[in-house]
Amino acid sequence: MPSPDSQQKNSGNSLIQSEGFYFRFRMFMDKFMRFGVAFGGISIIIAITLIFAYLLVVVFPIFHSAEIKQESSFSLSASNQPIAVTEQSKKDLSAEDQITEDPSRPKILHLAMEEQNEVGLRVTETGQLIFFDTRSGETKSTHVPNLPKGVSVTSFGNADPATTTIALGLSNGHALVYRHKYRVTFPNDKRLITPVIETPLGAEPLLIDTQDEALTHIDVQSNDEGLTLVAGTADKRLLLVAFTKEESLLEETETFERIGIELPSPATPITHLLVDKDQRELYVASEGGYITFFDIQDKAEPKLLQHLTVTDSGSELTALNSLTGGISILVGTSDGQLAQWSLVRNENNQEQLVKFREFESHSAAIVKIIPEFNRKGFLAFDESGLFGIYHTTAENTILRRSLSAANIDNIALSPRANAMSVFTKNNQYSLWSIDNEHPEISWSSLWGKVWYESHEEPKYLWQSSSADNDFEPKFSLVPISFGTLKAAFYAMMIAVPLAIMGAIFTAQFMSPNMRKTVKPSIEIMEALPTVILGFLAGLWLAPFVEDNLVGIFLMLLAMPIGVLIAAYTWQRLPQKFRFLVPDGWEGALLIPAILLIGWVTLSLGPYLEMWWFDGDITQYGKHLGPWLDRNLYLVIAGLLFPWFFLFVTRSKKINQQLNKVKNEFYQSSLTLGISIVMVVLVGALLSPIVESLLFDGDVVAYLKDSTIAFDQRNSIVVGLAMGFAVIPTIFSIAEDALFAVPKHLIQGSLALGATQWQTLTRVVILTASPGIFSAVMIGLGRAVGETMIVLMATGNTPVMDFSIFQGMRTLSANIAVEMPESEVDSTHYRVLFLAALVLFAFTFLFNTMAEIVRQRLRRKYSSL
Amino acid sequence: MKVQDWFKSGSPWIWLNAAAVSASLIMVFGLLALIMVRGLGFFWPADVQMMDYTDKQGQEIRLMGEIWGEEEAAYQTLIDNGYKLTGDAEFITRYTLKTGNRDVYGADFRLIIEPGIKNKSIPDDALVVVRREWGNFYGFLTSIKENGTELKLDQDALWSEFEQRKERALDLHDEIVEIQKSDIGEVNHGLESLRLLKKRYEIDDDLTPENLAELDAKRKALDARYAVIQKRLNELNQDITRDSFIARTADGQEREIRFETVVKVYQPNQMSLPGKLATYFANIWEFVSDEPREANTEGGVFPAIFGTVMMVILMAVLVTPLGVIAAVYLREYAKQGALTRTIRIAVNNLAGVPSIVYGVFGLGFFVYFLGGNIDRLFFSEGLPAPTFGTPGIMWSSLTLAILTLPVVIVATEEGLSRIPKSIREGSLALGATKFETLWRTIIPMSSPAIMTGLILAVARAAGEVAPLMLVGVVKLAPSLPLDGNAPFVHLDRKFMHLGFHIYDVGFQSPNVEAARPLVYATSLLLVLVIIALNIAAIQIRNRLREKYRALES
Repeated sequence: MPSPDSQQKNSGNSLIQSEGFYFRFRMFMDKFMRFGVAFGGISIIIAITLIFAYLLVVVFPIFHSAEIKQESSFSLSASNQPIAVTEQSKKDLSAEDQITEDPSRPKILHLAMEEQNEVGLRVTETGQLIFFDTRSGETKSTHVPNLPKGVSVTSFGNADPATTTIALGLSNGHALVYRHKYRVTFPNDKRLITPVIETPLGAEPLLIDTQDEALTHIDVQSNDEGLTLVAGTADKRLLLVAFTKEESLLEETETFERIGIELPSPATPITHLLVDKDQRELYVASEGGYITFFDIQDKAEPKLLQHLTVTDSGSELTALNSLTGGISILVGTSDGQLAQWSLVRNENNQEQLVKFREFESHSAAIVKIIPEFNRKGFLAFDESGLFGIYHTTAENTILRRSLSAANIDNIALSPRANAMSVFTKNNQYSLWSIDNEHPEISWSSLWGKVWYESHEEPKYLWQSSSADNDFEPKFSLVPISFGTLKAAFYAMMIAVPLAIMGAIFTAQFMSPNMRKTVKPSIEIMEALPTVILGFLAGLWLAPFVEDNLVGIFLMLLAMPIGVLIAAYTWQRLPQKFRFLVPDGWEGALLIPAILLIGWVTLSLGPYLEMWWFDGDITQYGKHLGPWLDRNLYLVIAGLLFPWFFLFVTRSKKINQQLNKVKNEFYQSSLTLGISIVMVVLVGALLSPIVESLLFDGDVVAYLKDSTIAFDQRNSIVVGLAMGFAVIPTIFSIAEDALFAVPKHLIQGSLALGATQWQTLTRVVILTASPGIFSAVMIGLGRAVGETMIVLMATGNTPVMDFSIFQGMRTLSANIAVEMPESEVDSTHYRVLFLAALVLFAFTFLFNTMAEIVRQRLRRKYSSL
Repeated sequence: MKVQDWFKSGSPWIWLNAAAVSASLIMVFGLLALIMVRGLGFFWPADVQMMDYTDKQGQEIRLMGEIWGEEEAAYQTLIDNGYKLTGDAEFITRYTLKTGNRDVYGADFRLIIEPGIKNKSIPDDALVVVRREWGNFYGFLTSIKENGTELKLDQDALWSEFEQRKERALDLHDEIVEIQKSDIGEVNHGLESLRLLKKRYEIDDDLTPENLAELDAKRKALDARYAVIQKRLNELNQDITRDSFIARTADGQEREIRFETVVKVYQPNQMSLPGKLATYFANIWEFVSDEPREANTEGGVFPAIFGTVMMVILMAVLVTPLGVIAAVYLREYAKQGALTRTIRIAVNNLAGVPSIVYGVFGLGFFVYFLGGNIDRLFFSEGLPAPTFGTPGIMWSSLTLAILTLPVVIVATEEGLSRIPKSIREGSLALGATKFETLWRTIIPMSSPAIMTGLILAVARAAGEVAPLMLVGVVKLAPSLPLDGNAPFVHLDRKFMHLGFHIYDVGFQSPNVEAARPLVYATSLLLVLVIIALNIAAIQIRNRLREKYRALES
């Protein structure tokens, strides 16, 4: 028989010891359960804290910077496709400034990739289009243009990358336009990508310059309706040629109408040409850092809109491209600056180029800027071989590094922006995968003002999705956080006074019998599903408030005064009546009074609105102005009255005089009368000062056009409904704290001659104040996180306006609305998780604070 | 007492505090009364009023319907809205009249103003027909048609014949619904399982000819059964279209209404008070036991009640053991120190974390992560259509279990802490092990506290909507999560929920005005359930306190 160890000291009973197996079984069960429960308990507690961890894990990737990894690399000269180069064509290109490590290789004008990152395209200076396998370098097919004898390729331009259109300018004033498409088939269940060359305007070179000069610069844009080409010629002319598609119904053929005109050439030689995606704007960059901006919407009549410098003095523009969407252009300069310029309408409703932002600068001249296909990001590299990935909305450098010792010659970005091909000057080709899932998020795009495209100024905006692919997602958490705080603020405005005052009365003055029913009734409110409160707020309260706006404000003003009058009347009643209701039942007594005041004010509301505002308070300015003009002194008097009244009742001198009047009624009337006369006099004195200070001296003119921008679902509704939801939380905790104030403190104070009110303000509230504070904190936490009420009663527009007559969109409602529709693991999804995390952290912080304060208070009470 | 003395004594401020309590009470009970009145009033078969009404354009029309609401509208507003008014009243009563007959007038409601009303009457033979489509019909019965030919009947026979044919159509309809739901549902379920089984064989490379033949045989049997059911269904559908009746609207238009579309018919103006009461309770019963109709805006809420209850039960099954184990560990086994205090604060705080955060967690972790992996491992034959990788009742109950876990932990801990030390020591002194003490005395004694926690958790879960919107609730679930097809309990299904029903019908339905009373009724139901649960919890808590107070002394 093993003797029980020290832990089982309670089992040293001879009766138990005699039952060998059973005893061991019991001991085993005890131990087993000890570990079982400990293990279970700890894992449950860990599991609930995992919520926080999981939210973090989901959110983390949006702050993760990008990574690139080399997938394959090969030397182009070693590839199995020898490239014929004629010396002739090499000379025609102005390639003097290029340092070519491998003189045998032709210069590569353009690199591209298809969506699966399997096939690449390079366009050589001889005009050959070579499709190759991006991993092995093996050539898949080659397209050799059929150029007339003696004609060479002199320039190159490419359209918006998604259209895959490219143009080659020739030395005879013609141009070739190609589209590279990829056909995907699945023979034997394996993906096979076949590259295809299309010629949208026929295989023959298109005539651009009727004078047959060589085209030194060219740019192209195309869409379903047509094609626009812009070219600079060797004799410094600037040409615009548009081909518009005309479909003939009879013959079912397509013909293209050609419009060709010459544009005014900038003073300095042209360096870059850029046509936007919609073929409406043309940017001509010329030496000296100039950009000339034409409106080419009407191809026959282009308009010069702007001519401006986009670089610092002394530096040149070295790279120009448009950001996806075609509203912004990206400019790179010889001193390594990178900037985004965008079109903004000025006060004459004319589009103007405005510098939106600069990016982290490079130390060498920017060679090329390559925009992403679907996102507002781009890639740029400079002469020193440093390349960087940037995002415009996030104003962010996502990645910057030097790829290899050799300088970069050209880079292509895959359509999904998850890979790039790099071609270096020593003829090395490499394929890199890019892990850059969430470039649009940065600290500044979440919490700062961001200048979004097509907006006049930087703003805080939340607009997460749209049907358009070119859409710039606006993920500013500021408007929805603001909405959350605004909703919580108005709810607390309603809840805090009612709940705390109610708690004070319930805990300190209410008769125990009444308290026994009141406290649970108010606490049951807490369990009321918020969806019901939200439904009532949205469908019953909102229209009610809209119809009774004046009545409700009147009620809020009249209620305290009415209650005081009712109470005073009660005090003046003969004792016979007063003794019918015992002490501590004042609350019950006031219910009919409050109902009466509420009913009277609400039914007066429409009449007042009719008299004062012609039946429509939202147009209050028209009527309030003249009325205020006459009655400003009365308004000031009304506002000041309580202070004067207190002054009169407290002032010793006045009281001495008043005490000479023996009749109580006269004395009270005199008190009131004196205060009213004083306050009206002061009001009359102050009104001109107030008028000049607040209303620029003329209240009528000042208020003439004032109106209320009134949403039916506004902050009043939310404040009332959510206040209602928060009252029980605050009430319950504050009441507990107030009720637990040791009775001997109260009795001591009363015994020393303090009145009940003095005891309350100087002893009870002071002692219980940490408890009240924690009640407010917990209430605030609840108001911040409440979802259904705000979802149903706010209108859910993310506006940043503190007006009480406007709605808002809160973090929680935003999650409820957008979460089911967001794509898993997308940026939007993760930002919504971030919103949840913010809510979590916020409420957790407030609750912890409250809890710690509460525990301290408990210890304090026990020591008292 | 003089005013200044009264103010000096501070008692006005006490009165103001009292007013705050009163205001809060008025708000609570006012709210309950509002829901109660509107929710219960909905079922009352109100009288149908007929009147001649001169509209804005000055045309006189005869209207018939139930008065649903009245309000005082400002004279000027009405003038602005194009009413031609004479007289100098500042306010004019405006009624909302439910005229029904959406197929005739295009809308269910009409706003009418007092001055335009003439010749109000309550015609005895007015008929209210509740239909499966186009809402209610208000009118008078003219004649009955069988197979398109009018029956020659005198006035008395007309009504009894009408009743008889209505009952026949209702019986047929019930039978059709039953067949569609259970028989066809069973066949469809069988076919779907066969399809999945075949895919499973394909994935496992087990699609042998024998297996294939077996599957084919089963499918043929199901197809044959389907043909039989379909035949019976066609017969029934033929039968139910036999009868129709002609009814005349108040303004004299005649409409033919097929009996198959009729849900119920009554003549409220003829009813006596007991008759009305009977209809009233029948309506309430219909509301709690019927399926919703017309995009949830009419009919009952039975699937929502069922979904709520089932979700809550699942949640309770999950949360009770977890909560109790955690509480027992914290209170009985863990060393009481700074760490346990921190854990306790953290657990307390979790109760205050917004419910939507739990919803987000549930969607990300349970649905997409756990569910997605379960699908990949066990239900790969169904992919890409997700089985558990999509919101459903299991994930909803799990999410709510986590959400209510703090409630149960806190309540259980409180119960454990209230058990006097003497009991524990007595048990140990008698030689029981710690676990035995716990299992035989402490936990049974604290079971009321556990019960309280559980009830509070259930009450909270039943009213919670926001997280459910993310993890499994839908506006209209085609089938209940519990039915006659193996494995009977379908935890992967989506479900309907009373709270979400309120949100959906109140805010997302096409005809909010018509649906509003239904939302009040649903709210009332939910409020009653939750208040009952809470009162039960409070009662148990109070009794428990009394009990241990006796023990301590």
